[in-house]
Order: sequence, then structure tokens, then C-alpha cells
Amino acid sequence: MADQSIGQRVLRKEDARFIAGKGRYTDDINLRGQAYACFVRSTVARAGIASLDLTAAESVEGVIAVLTGRQIAEDGLGTLPCGWMIHSKDGNPMKQPAHPVMAADSVNYLGEPIALVVAETYQIARDAADLVVVDYDEKQAVSDVTLAQAHDQLYEEVPRNTVYEWELGDREATMAAIEGAHHVTRIKIRNNRLIPNAIEPRAAIADFNPATEDLTLYVTSQNPHLVRLILTAFIQLAPEHKLRVVAPDVGGGFGSKIFVYSEETALSWASRRLGMAIKWTAERSESFLADAHGRDHYTEAALAMDDEGHFLGLHVKTQANMGAYLSTFASSVPTYLYGTLLAGQYKTPAIYVEVDAVLTNTAPVDAYRGAGRPEATYVLERIVDVAAGEMNLSPVEIRRRNFITNFPYATPVALEYDTGDYVQTLDRVLELAEWSSFEARKAESESRGKLRGIGLSCYIEACGLAPSQVAGALGAGVGLWESGEIRFNPTGSVTVLTGTHSHGQGHETTFAQLVSDRLGVPINDIEVVHGDTSRLDFGLGTYGSRSIAVGGSALATASDKIVEKGRKIAAHLMDTSPEEVDFEGGVYTARQSNLNKTIQEIAFAAYVPHNYPEGLEPGLAEKAFYDPDNFTFPAGAYVCEVEIDPQTGVVTIARFSAVDDFGNIINPMIVEGQVHGGLAQGIGQALLENCVYDSNGQLVTGSYFDYCMPRADDLPSFQVDLEVTPCTHNPLGVKGCGEAGAIGSPPAVINAVANALGVRDFDMPATPEKVWRAAAGS
Amino acid sequence: MRRVSIQLQVNNKSVKAVCPANATLATLLREHLGLTGTHVGCDTSQCGACVVHLNGVSVKACTVLAAQANGPEVVTIEGIGSDKLHPMQQAFREHHGLQCGFCTPGMIMSGIDMANRGQATTEAEVRKGLEGNICRCTGYHNIVQSILAGAGKMQSGEGA
Repeated sequence: MADQSIGQRVLRKEDARFIAGKGRYTDDINLRGQAYACFVRSTVARAGIASLDLTAAESVEGVIAVLTGRQIAEDGLGTLPCGWMIHSKDGNPMKQPAHPVMAADSVNYLGEPIALVVAETYQIARDAADLVVVDYDEKQAVSDVTLAQAHDQLYEEVPRNTVYEWELGDREATMAAIEGAHHVTRIKIRNNRLIPNAIEPRAAIADFNPATEDLTLYVTSQNPHLVRLILTAFIQLAPEHKLRVVAPDVGGGFGSKIFVYSEETALSWASRRLGMAIKWTAERSESFLADAHGRDHYTEAALAMDDEGHFLGLHVKTQANMGAYLSTFASSVPTYLYGTLLAGQYKTPAIYVEVDAVLTNTAPVDAYRGAGRPEATYVLERIVDVAAGEMNLSPVEIRRRNFITNFPYATPVALEYDTGDYVQTLDRVLELAEWSSFEARKAESESRGKLRGIGLSCYIEACGLAPSQVAGALGAGVGLWESGEIRFNPTGSVTVLTGTHSHGQGHETTFAQLVSDRLGVPINDIEVVHGDTSRLDFGLGTYGSRSIAVGGSALATASDKIVEKGRKIAAHLMDTSPEEVDFEGGVYTARQSNLNKTIQEIAFAAYVPHNYPEGLEPGLAEKAFYDPDNFTFPAGAYVCEVEIDPQTGVVTIARFSAVDDFGNIINPMIVEGQVHGGLAQGIGQALLENCVYDSNGQLVTGSYFDYCMPRADDLPSFQVDLEVTPCTHNPLGVKGCGEAGAIGSPPAVINAVANALGVRDFDMPATPEKVWRAAAGS
Repeated sequence: MRRVSIQLQVNNKSVKAVCPANATLATLLREHLGLTGTHVGCDTSQCGACVVHLNGVSVKACTVLAAQANGPEVVTIEGIGSDKLHPMQQAFREHHGLQCGFCTPGMIMSGIDMANRGQATTEAEVRKGLEGNICRCTGYHNIVQSILAGAGKMQSGEGA
């Protein structure tokens, strides 16, 4: 048992199927008699639809139906909702255009679905889709976030193309701090737009049963219950009890599979309308066009300091690109997941943040790994580095002078950090990165004609958005608790049901480890079930690094309930009182007599209650709903060292060191893997990835030829280590680890690049051309 | 679309299929033979999730027409570890070389090919060899470790 307990590097249970090619992803599922769908997508970014001619497509042999946005509207289906209400400074609710499932009268971004061709094979559907003739009445599109507010209005209901003008913090105090400061550092900074690119493209199969009127939807989702809720409550597709949503093995999400999209909605509607199962799998080109994108901010920030570099005030003004419509959680990303993080690890007394969310003719933008927190960290960790230069302080010293050291700490931007040790995390990473001997390595690089730079970033993250009541007060349309259920089977094995969803995170192992540790049952006797609304009551899914902190805590609570019920049964069987029974390592022991019973024996007794406590219900299965008291606050310090070839502008990551504090760790192997992946995405953003639309709203980076994904030879091996300050308010002391790498790494890389080049400002991504120009100019 | 009939060896079994002339080997494997371990992650032959072995050499199954594979021997992820795991599969598990599992079959097939060619002896070599395989989850760190370890096991005959 010892090798399976909490804190051990237990190999993953789920790997058995994945390494054998036996995973079951949505596209691997085929239903008898299924038809195939292909979407007709807008080829322009902004236009009225003057006419739609389906004749040629409909006449293709093998085409079953060509369905349109107008038909969806006529069938009374709702529009796609945004689940978080934000209010502007003036108190008005955000303004949003209706987000049709498929366009009927106008299109507002390239790739917006217009019609759905259903056919006997995918090939036929795809060929027929090309025959749908759309007559566009084109208008000038806008794609750049900084140009949107001055562009002509895209929607009647959204003046100045501005969804909201949100603020947080104390404006007066911040402005006063800036006015009276010894020095103010100012930066203008862009956070480049990204395309998530989970390697499994989105897919869905909708299967309506005309006999029972049940609809089953298989979909690549991070939160199947949320999909069911939204399809029912907002789109009126089917009653909740008639809708089953299954998210089987899912090949990566990174946020992009949280949302309810047009495709699975239209497909479900079509399945009901035609009375047949229909399958759709995105081609990668469709992922580029129509998955929700990430980031895309323009920010101006000012940091006020006294003569010793102590932070006095921070003012941040951001324009955030929402794309053409508000995706499921889009509105929360540049507000409560961004502005609230701007204190970072520092005791800045006054902070004021303003965010204008704007609409453009681009794909909707929503949460992508980190969601708001990488944007906040990038602003803060860049301005702190620039400030260090202007104050003649080292990047390390300016941070040390401003670290929060007393916990709990209430920030001026609405959060209360429960715990952390930022000094220790920093010290550890400086040691790991051999910061003190950097100059020698720099000299060595210079001897070879190369530039070398080092960059530091100290991030804070807020995970497990909570509690529900607070989230509700801030505009959330859903609760943010999680559910867990633990069922002992009569023969002693355990079925664990969780409302979170694993799409790479290894929950089948981590949660089994957690339950094994709590109940003393071997891991191989534990099955973790997730991703099917018919198997568990409700759950909110996986995003925001919430699974272990919220979902894990629910399972811990359910485990505790199991132990307590079992104690009553054990006491009865051992002829003593529950208070006299100890439980450890899966065994109940009567303190007086030293009799004992295994939990498996107790489970059997609970299902075969021949000799059983009077009045106690049979069975050994317990549920828990866990609503956290607070967010958790992982934090860490990253050091990136780059070498630049000034002849070519190529940036090589020479070393990358990360020390993260995720609280208690269940499985360090899995946690390190999460950090590695996050780092790769953050380094990708800093060096390679960039989503580009031209001024007509055409997507320039629409394939892997143009959108530069990080590959193995773009990245180094990482040095990662963990610091532990347990979370103070959940039963496991855990904080969450899924997004940290993507949050902390971009500023570390750019700080290193700027350091190497000796420049103050440098925008992501640091492509060879930009770096070469900067190197040539310096 | 004209249909072609194809006969080939897949995972040591002789199989026959009739499929459209423009069907790729990936489509043949997934849709006609039910071998869904070969994944399709892109439409430009970039991601490498569909890598299989054709006559012992790795190819992207999305780039080979099924008709071109008429005759030869194809090995997919389902065919490499018969009774027990192939050493490369074992190494991926032991070194946490996968997360969501979607790119994994292609990574394992590429890793085996690199090892067979004697080009998986250093980290730099493996990173270069993975040029045609994209992973979005792992940051490649543990994939590189897995391939180095798997190649070592193949070399020493351990676990084979």
C-alpha cells in the first residue's frame, strides 16, 4: 500500500489503454446507421447574407438534408448564451449581440457556421457543402483590438462595439499614489492572440431516439453536465432528463472544450429533426477557425514607486478582444480572472484596473489555459522588470522589497490569499537556476558571438473559483462547487464518481490514490468514473485548475462519510460502540477487544445486512457536494535563460527553472507533467505562437504551416521543483497545478529576451525577425 | 468516387477492403478496419498523430493513399505489443510520456522507428527526430525521456 499513498509517483492507470491505442475518443465511436455532417462556413469576416442557394447541394446523391440557421430560428431554438454577467462602471449590464447557433441574416467572423449538410458519408457531405452558394453583402471588418471601439458599429445593440467598461479597485487612491510618486514606470503591452490547438479536434455525435425522445450527445467536452444544462436551460434543445451528454476520452482541452459551441448544438437539433444519429468531426482547419481563441489584450499600465522601489500604486487599462460573439465564459476572463490577479505576489497598497471588452470580426475569445491570469501576470511581471531597470535595482531585489510576507493577505483587488512563502520560492528557484553564476555563462556565450539573457517571473494564480455565493454575486450563472460519490460494491471494490473531467490530467490515477489513501483500498480495486451525465448526478467539470482542490475535496468528504458509516457497522459487528472503533489502513479495530474488520468486510455486511445495526440504512455509498470557502492560491517563481544568435535572431531557451507551490501534492509525477505542459504553452506564446487576422478579418494563421506550434526541438528539458505551503481551507491542503506553467512562463521568457538584447520593451512572440531587428538596432 | 479493392497485411493479418480511391491509409485503418488507435489530428500532414509503420518505416497514414498501401505490410499501434507491451510502450508509461493520449500512438510509432534507425541515442537526436510529431500536453520533456529509455530497452533486448 505504501507505494500508492498520497505523495507517491504512482504510474497512471489510464495509460494502459492509451499506450495500446485503445482509448475511446469521440471520433472513435460509430453508431449503427449514423449520418455525417459537414458545416458550410462563412468565407468572409463580416457580411449580410443576401441569399443562400441550397439547390445544388441538396441534389447530390447521398445528401440527406441541408439545414440552415433560419430553420433553427424557426424551430424556436435559443441562442448560445454567455454565462457570466458583467456590469460596467456606470452600473449597466454588459451589452451583447445574440449569438445564433448558425448564422441566418449576417456573418460576423470567418468560419462562422451558416448551414449544415447531412449525408450518408463525410465525403459526400463535404463535397456537397462546397456547392452551397452564399451571396454575401460584404462590409468592412475589424479584427484589431485597438481599432474596434472607433470602427463602425457591428451590432445595433452594442454601441462603440464595447461589451462593458469594467473597473476594479480604488481609482482615487491609485491616481493619488501615481501623482505623488518618486517614480512612475509606464508600459504599453500586447498579449498576443493564441489558438488552443488541443491535438484531438472537436467532435460530436448526436443520437436522437424518436421512440423515447431521448437524445444522447457524445462530445469532446471538459464539462458534460454544463453542456447538458446549457443545451436545456438556454437553448431548449431537450429537457434535462431526456438529454445524456457523454464526454469520453478527450484529447486535450486547455479551455477550448469548456464551451458550448454551435456545432454540437446544431448537430443535436439536426439529429432530433431528422430522427437519426449524426456525426461531425472537425478538420484541423475548422479548429483554427472556430475553436474559441485565447488572450488578445492591449494594455497600458503605470506602476508608482517610492525612492526605494516600494510599490505605491498600479493603474492598468486594458482592451480585451472578445471576438464576434461572447462565448460561454468569455466575459469573466478579462475581469474576475484578470483584474483580481494584478496584485501578484506584491503588497501594492492601491490598484485600479479598467477593462474595455470589445467585439471584433474574429472567432470568439474565451478561456485558454490560465484564462486572464497569464494576461495579468504578463503585465505585472513585465512592468516590475522594467521598473527594476529604471530604479537601478536588480529584478530579484525589487521583487524581494515588495513581497507579501504575512498571511492571510487581503489584496486591493478583492482576493484574500490564505498562504504562501514567496521568499522561499524565489530563493529556491534562484538556486536551481544558478542565478548567481549567470555572468560567467553570459561571458561564455559572448565568446561565441551569442547574446545571453536571464529573466525572472513570480506569479500568483487563483484556482477553484469559489465560493458559489460570491461567484454568483459577481455575475456567475452557475454554482462552482463540485460533487463526488464513492460507492463500495458488495465484493469490496470501489467505484468513484467525480463531476470533474480528465482530458490528460490523470484523474483516474490521482483520485484513485486519494481514495485509496483515505479508505485503505488498493488502487487497482478503485475505478474512477467521469464524463457521463447518466452515471453521476451533476458536476461542473474541469477548468481553472479546480479538479483536485474542489473535486478532490468532495471525494475526501465523501470518503470521510464512508468511514463514519462503516464505523457504525463495524462497532455493531464487534459488539462495541462506534467511539471505541479506530480506522486505519482499511481496517476497523475495536480498541478494547482488539477485534478487527476490514472495510471490505464491512461493505459486504452493508449490502448483506443480516447482522446489522438497528435503524441504519443498508448500503455503503456516499455523496458529497463541496463548495469551497475561497479560491486557492498557487504561486511560483520561474527563471528563463535564453541564448540569442544575433546573426539569425533565433532565440534558444538555454535553461528553464521552475519552483511552484501547489500546496500538498498527491502525485508528483503527474504534477510535474502538468508544469512541463504549461511551460511549453507559455514558451510557445512567448517565442512562436501568434494568431494573425488581416484587416479584412481573414485568418492568416489557419494551419500548422502558419501557426507555429512548439515542437520538441524548440524546447529544453525543464528543471522543476516544488515548494509546499498547504492550502488552509480545504481538507486536502491542495491548490491546483494545471495552468501555472502557462501563467508564469511568458514574462520569464520575454524578460530574458529583453535582458539579452538590452531593450526595455519587447512584444511577444519573440520571432527571429523581431529579435534580429532588435539585435541589429542595439 | 471510384472504389478500389485493397489487399494488405495489417498487424500480421491479411486483410481485404474496398474503399474510395481517394481514401487515405488513415481512413482505411480507422473507418474500414476499425483500428482507431491511429489518430488524425490535422489535415496538413503536420501533427504526426497518425504515424504507422509501412514496410518497417514510419509514415504518416494521412499522407499515404490506401491504394498505395496495396500489398505491403502495415503495423499500427495495435500491432506492436502482442502478448505484452512493446518496450517503447512500457517506457512511455514508466516515464509519464503521455497525458491525454491522443498524440501518443504516433509518438510511440515514431520513437520505435527512431530507435530502429539508431537515432534515439541522445536528447538532441530525439528532439530533432520528433520534428514531425506535435504534442500539446507534455511539453515533450517526458516524451524525450520515454523514447531514450524505450530505445535503450530495445537495444538491450529488455522487455522485447
